[in-house]
Amino acid sequence: MNQQQPIIEVKNLRKLFPVQKTTLWDKEEKFVHAVDDVSFVLHHGEVLALVGESGCGKSTLALTLMNLETPTEGQIFFEGKDVTHLSGKALQTMRRHIQMVFQDPYESLNPTMTIGDIVAEPLVVHRLAPNQQERDARVVQALEDAGLKPASNFMHRYPHELSGGQRQRVVIAGALVLEPKVLLADEPVSMLDVSIRAEILNLLASLRETRGISVLFITHDLGTVAYFADRIAVMYLGRIVELGETLAVLERPLHPYTKALLSVMPVPNPRLRRERIILQGETPNPINLPRGCRFHPRCPVAQPHCQETDPAWREIEPRHFAACHEV
Amino acid sequence: MRSLRQAPVLLEVRNLNTDFLTPGEAPAHALADINFTLREGEVLGIVGESGCGKTTLMLSLMRLLPANGRITSGKVNFMNTDLLSLSEREMGDVRWKNVAMIFQGAMNALNPVHTVGRQIAEAIIQHNYITDQKLVTDRVVELLELVGIGAERKDQYPHQYSGGMRQRAMIAMALACNPQVVIADEPTTALDVMIQAQILELLAKLRDKLGLSILFVTHDLGVVAEMCDTVLVMYGGVTAEYADVDTIFNTPQHPYTQELLRAFPDLTRPTEKLVSIPGYPPRLNALPPGCRFAPRCPHVFERCHGERPSLHPLNGRHFASCHLVESESTISPETSKFPGKSGEK
Amino acid sequence: MSETTVGATSLSGFWRSFRRSRMGLVGLFMLVTVILMAVFAPYIAPYDPKEVIRVTIDDIYAPPSAAHWLGTDDAGRDVLSNFIYGSRVSLIVGFFASFISIFIGSVVGIVAGFYGGRAENVLMRFTDIMLVIPDLPLAVVIVALTKPSLWNIIFVIGALGWTGSARLVRSQTLAVKQRKFVLRARSIGAGNAHIIRYHIFPMVLPLIVVNTVLVISLAILNESTLSFLGLSDPTALSWGQMLNFAFTRGAMSARAWWALVMPGLGIVWAVLACTLLGQGLEQVLNPRLETHYLAVGAQMVARPGMEAQV
Repeated sequence: MNQQQPIIEVKNLRKLFPVQKTTLWDKEEKFVHAVDDVSFVLHHGEVLALVGESGCGKSTLALTLMNLETPTEGQIFFEGKDVTHLSGKALQTMRRHIQMVFQDPYESLNPTMTIGDIVAEPLVVHRLAPNQQERDARVVQALEDAGLKPASNFMHRYPHELSGGQRQRVVIAGALVLEPKVLLADEPVSMLDVSIRAEILNLLASLRETRGISVLFITHDLGTVAYFADRIAVMYLGRIVELGETLAVLERPLHPYTKALLSVMPVPNPRLRRERIILQGETPNPINLPRGCRFHPRCPVAQPHCQETDPAWREIEPRHFAACHEV
Repeated sequence: MRSLRQAPVLLEVRNLNTDFLTPGEAPAHALADINFTLREGEVLGIVGESGCGKTTLMLSLMRLLPANGRITSGKVNFMNTDLLSLSEREMGDVRWKNVAMIFQGAMNALNPVHTVGRQIAEAIIQHNYITDQKLVTDRVVELLELVGIGAERKDQYPHQYSGGMRQRAMIAMALACNPQVVIADEPTTALDVMIQAQILELLAKLRDKLGLSILFVTHDLGVVAEMCDTVLVMYGGVTAEYADVDTIFNTPQHPYTQELLRAFPDLTRPTEKLVSIPGYPPRLNALPPGCRFAPRCPHVFERCHGERPSLHPLNGRHFASCHLVESESTISPETSKFPGKSGEK
Repeated sequence: MSETTVGATSLSGFWRSFRRSRMGLVGLFMLVTVILMAVFAPYIAPYDPKEVIRVTIDDIYAPPSAAHWLGTDDAGRDVLSNFIYGSRVSLIVGFFASFISIFIGSVVGIVAGFYGGRAENVLMRFTDIMLVIPDLPLAVVIVALTKPSLWNIIFVIGALGWTGSARLVRSQTLAVKQRKFVLRARSIGAGNAHIIRYHIFPMVLPLIVVNTVLVISLAILNESTLSFLGLSDPTALSWGQMLNFAFTRGAMSARAWWALVMPGLGIVWAVLACTLLGQGLEQVLNPRLETHYLAVGAQMVARPGMEAQV
């Protein structure tokens, strides 16, 4: 791991969505606190796993990092430069450095375009490789790096002719063709069959070695990423509640939410007997956040003072952080 | 391990075959020779990936296949009656009263313009299970409370329910007529991990309280390990392996089961690298001639490409359809009986 | 390669899917007949409608005979020839007017759907206003105020018939805009023009094509109506015009059914052709799988040697 400055740094990022007023008399402006004060760094060549359930804000965070949603507050730094409010040409140039891999391989590809066109599209948009030959060469390279060999078999096919795993590789190839430095993978394997997930995961892990790409891997299924993630960040209701190296978080979880999550994630071992901490109820509405620690209504170890003050983000053990009063 | 060996057999499926017809093409063999047994109080996990036929199997049992589906042979014995020989009307009686189903994507299976209470009541009234209006309402409330939804919510609409609650409502609906068998088709697939844990806990509780037998369809091996007593692993429309849960996870014999386990993450062993199976599941209208797993099998040999292996008994309670397994077997034909055949002592 | 295609990605694939729709094939056949009739009119028609002829009283509203298979009209002209040539006018007006409608409607729909916000508001409210105003009276007024010529008719019909298309295209644009591949295009850095051209338009095009066929039929109907009301160019003898002349010049009292029925049939034929063709096209682009469980019933269990029901 490089000791240089991190490739991405996020400081106090907030993304709020205004809620539609239901009646004319609603005086108060309500907001969905999708991302509510998030700070973290992504190092060069690192795989950071961002874990959380639906509604925790992880996808919004990814979209905000890509500037597909404008941040409400806070800052995003790319290689030290402030890129929070880029627009126009500067934003387009930025796009070459951070690329996204989406969840749904069946929907991410335009059904009327050939694979070759889809992977070439980023080059066309950025006006790189102006002549056909150079473009084709780069497309072939990207397809093969994504594991679709020989590329010539795929260039003229349409998405519906490919399987889910192959389609996802096409999406990855489309992301790689611009030679980005960072990949944001938003649940890239959750819609694929179990038996082919590993090959996509291994591909993403290998990009670290072959191209030095840093990966922010967003998922709700910790199991898929545990074996190659360097660090894990756990999100709940718009905030990161725990962050640390993979083994540290898995073996010594600090935050009660992390502990509960780990205890209920199904393990393919029928002989395993463990205590399951099953939280009751559902994740509350991100519009009306609970006072104090936002986890306290469901927390199994909540104390009276948890309702009053928001816990601070502290380093509990070396390089292992959590926001909880009771740790 | 709960003792199920002496429990009576509720459902016995023998050599079930289902095809899908497409005009102008050969029929697609969606299911080929499926055999299994379900006892009272047993949770049978049906595991497989997309296209393996698990949903088709469930729909065949309920005789609710899409318009181009045909059950071409086999028997589905529910308590000594072959469901496939019943008339439409008789089958309609069996559905819900004896065998109920929780559908995949249950969240969208609720009608948005009727209250949840009314939809549950509909099942009760349709089957003339209870006719008195007051008793129907009481029963609806009872069902809602059984699944952990407050009685006051019976007059709410599905959009006022959260995802987890809608799933609970679907379970309540399935239990409306006190069925003996519940088919749960991927009941927790679209749910968050924590909600999934809640629903699984609920299903286990209901199984114990009501003596339910559950056919649990899923692709998640972790859920299978948690919930199921026996497991039927399906691949390309055939049974790959069929055994109790401990055997499947600790001594699997079929290469597909073995590879699937290696592809599945285990949080208790986080550094273990995941292995994928090269290739992809077969398309039903382009099935390989021999063993359906042959194109992807790491132990494939000559015979696999030409001859489809039959379901071979390994020791009376463990079955696998693989040529490798057959050649190593020492069980003689007479003693290889199906587990739980009624009358067997 | 599997037969399952989403929509149609190749011409032969398209034809194969289309072939399965009987309605579409019938509609296509009907439309092709009319078009061929219009194109080859000079070769098919026994008489030239523009020819100057001398008529006697017997030639007016003469019933069908060997010389005039469909009889003659009020001016002694052969109804069959008029009918054949009349298809030209009806089709020309129908096609051109519909192209204008489609063009306006598609542009309005795509711009409103894609850009949203104020642009959408303004455009859709304008569309609503146009929808609310009754087309026919407005058309009558405009045409009455300007001189009756074929081009005026075409423009008027075209300018009033775009609202349905606009709504359709807008809602389809909205739907496509939400799809993940548009988000992916944005994340690559594509601008609005690129997205509209490569992502929105190709997905909306099939709908526009189907809509065009239906709008053609509406345009033909509208033209017929306007002509029937006497607002069209009297020198352009369309089917509607033939009906107009027949009605206003005593075909009813002369019991000359041939002068009325033929043009009417022609309009019905053309409109029906477009409608059926539109249905067929829709079938290709929006295939609906038959999944009615209840429709199959006991046949679902197809075991050999099954006994009769208990």
